[in-house]
Amino acid sequence: MMFLLEATISGLMAGVMYSLVALGFVLIFKASGVFNFAQGVMALFAGLTLVGLMEKFSLPPWAAIIATIAVMILLAWLIEFLVLRRLVNQAPIILFMATLGLAYVLEGLGDILWGSDVKLLDIGLPQGAVDWLLDDYNLYVERLEVAAAVTAVIMVVVLAVFFQKTRIGRALRAVADDHQAALSVGISLRTIWVIVWSVSGVVALVAGIMWGSKSGVQFSLSLIALKALPVLMLGGFTSIPGAIIGGLIIGVGEKWAEIYMGPIIGGAIENWFAYMLALAFLLVRPQGLFGEKIIERI
Amino acid sequence: MFYREAGQFKTSYRADQALFPIAQDRYFVIAVVLAAFVVVPFVITDYWANALLLPFLIYALAAIGLNILTGYCGQLSLGTGGFLAVGAYASYKLMTAFPELNIIIVFLLSGLITAMVGVLFGIPSLRIKGFYLAVATLASQFFIVWLFNKVPWFFNYSATGQITVPPREVLGFLVTGPNASPAATYLFTLGFVAVFALMAKNLARGNVGRSWMAIRDMDIAAEIIGIRPLKTKLIAFAVSSFYIGVAGALLFAVWLGSAEPTEAFGIDQSFLILFMIIIGGLGSILGSFMGAAFMTLMPIFLKNFMVDGLGVQPALSEHVQIVLMGTLIIFFLIVEPHGLARLWQIAKEKLRIWPFPY
Repeated sequence: MMFLLEATISGLMAGVMYSLVALGFVLIFKASGVFNFAQGVMALFAGLTLVGLMEKFSLPPWAAIIATIAVMILLAWLIEFLVLRRLVNQAPIILFMATLGLAYVLEGLGDILWGSDVKLLDIGLPQGAVDWLLDDYNLYVERLEVAAAVTAVIMVVVLAVFFQKTRIGRALRAVADDHQAALSVGISLRTIWVIVWSVSGVVALVAGIMWGSKSGVQFSLSLIALKALPVLMLGGFTSIPGAIIGGLIIGVGEKWAEIYMGPIIGGAIENWFAYMLALAFLLVRPQGLFGEKIIERI
Repeated sequence: MFYREAGQFKTSYRADQALFPIAQDRYFVIAVVLAAFVVVPFVITDYWANALLLPFLIYALAAIGLNILTGYCGQLSLGTGGFLAVGAYASYKLMTAFPELNIIIVFLLSGLITAMVGVLFGIPSLRIKGFYLAVATLASQFFIVWLFNKVPWFFNYSATGQITVPPREVLGFLVTGPNASPAATYLFTLGFVAVFALMAKNLARGNVGRSWMAIRDMDIAAEIIGIRPLKTKLIAFAVSSFYIGVAGALLFAVWLGSAEPTEAFGIDQSFLILFMIIIGGLGSILGSFMGAAFMTLMPIFLKNFMVDGLGVQPALSEHVQIVLMGTLIIFFLIVEPHGLARLWQIAKEKLRIWPFPY
């Protein structure tokens, strides 16, 4: 029983880490209908930049984080100016391919600028197990993962307030609802896109910090995008709560499957299990758990 | 002026419905195919075959397969790498289990097996659409690669987990294995690609192809005018996977010689082939060839240009190459979202009215 509880907690925590990446996807998909495959690479790029700034210019962590946020905003502006602006009104698949191209560019750029060796990221996040849980209940829970969960909760709350209560948030929701109608009431699509890509750049930075502290900043970080996709699918491409709950379901499902199914069919199932789980949900609800209902008209 | 159909009268429906109704097109295609079959085998070298022509032809075949599914039927798929793997492993198992079976039959059978797997993974497409489907096809990609890594039966319990092709002959010429001559492997691949490209072209402009396009353009409207989505989508998945399976068998048996699932059939392959059809042109057989040529030639060109031409360090050049490749892809998407095939069309239009502006 204790073991199951521990597995569940660790699954939930892993799920939060997936959600962090999925959040960035949702933000961009909601506001511009772009399926941004570069989100994982953005996390890698943000992590690399952060480590690079800390190492090369020996900045303290807080200054490096602020500088990295500035870099991500600059990046968002560049992406809007060089790519998105020129692809307005193209088919979704074209935009998707453009973000794939973007992923290549960012990956190469990160390597050229900061080198491709594995880097340790240490900005003072707590490490090791939570003591009192380990001592009193014999539960092993990573402090870093708790920190990630807390960060995720804070981020979701901030994002929810930002989306629901602020002027920009309202504009964002208007754009997500209907591009043309938003344009006609005087909302500037270009500004909105820069804002959305900046916000998801910051989300990518947070994901990069969490994953980077856990397993070092390295190329494989960009592959977490592939982990986030089933989360996205399960939760629905357009729902922020969906990204969180989808992440939790996937995280726990994966852990349980690893424990109960893994030994039977021979391990290393984490690559595809999440996808199969999400697929099973999709067959019941084709738009994901919290996605907007797909209405088709002729 | 150079490309005018004036004076080419058609006197029968047959002539009007011909594959290439315009004489210039016809002669051009015949000349290219003749050159490919007759001239190239005499001048081909090992480097040309293995670095350029074989990958080009094999990827073109795979691109045609994906184009049928994505370009013609509108079902976005990211599982191409997995289906390539199914073709490769099916051909390997067939070759080792039935050594006397003709290799052409082996390849066709591997295509059929892949088609069956494709239909299986195509079933969700009846309910899931768009990007949800694209992500769902990733499930097949990861699952298939995992399966071929984990179950030793697929690689005949070899210690390395790799599959290696046994030598096989066609008409007395060795076409697989390290001792095959470049001309033989090239002609063998070219034969497959030529026949299947012709078949795809005809399929796409026939009844089946038209129902694919109707589903692509608007599936509900297509359903209302009497096209059955179930049948049409599954046929698209079957035909597409058949092509990709044959391409996978060629990729493994003729080009690479030995393969390991994670490296040779990973998700990068899926994206590579998707790039080919986007850059080449969605819903165009010619575009599949152009895209395959572009995506196989460009990395070689970039590498030669930077390492030999500019003297850049190979390690740095690799990164620069990735950046340039991404930039070129974005550039092409911005300049011509309908791909190289569309550029070709525009060029033909220009040639037709030249020297007049319109």
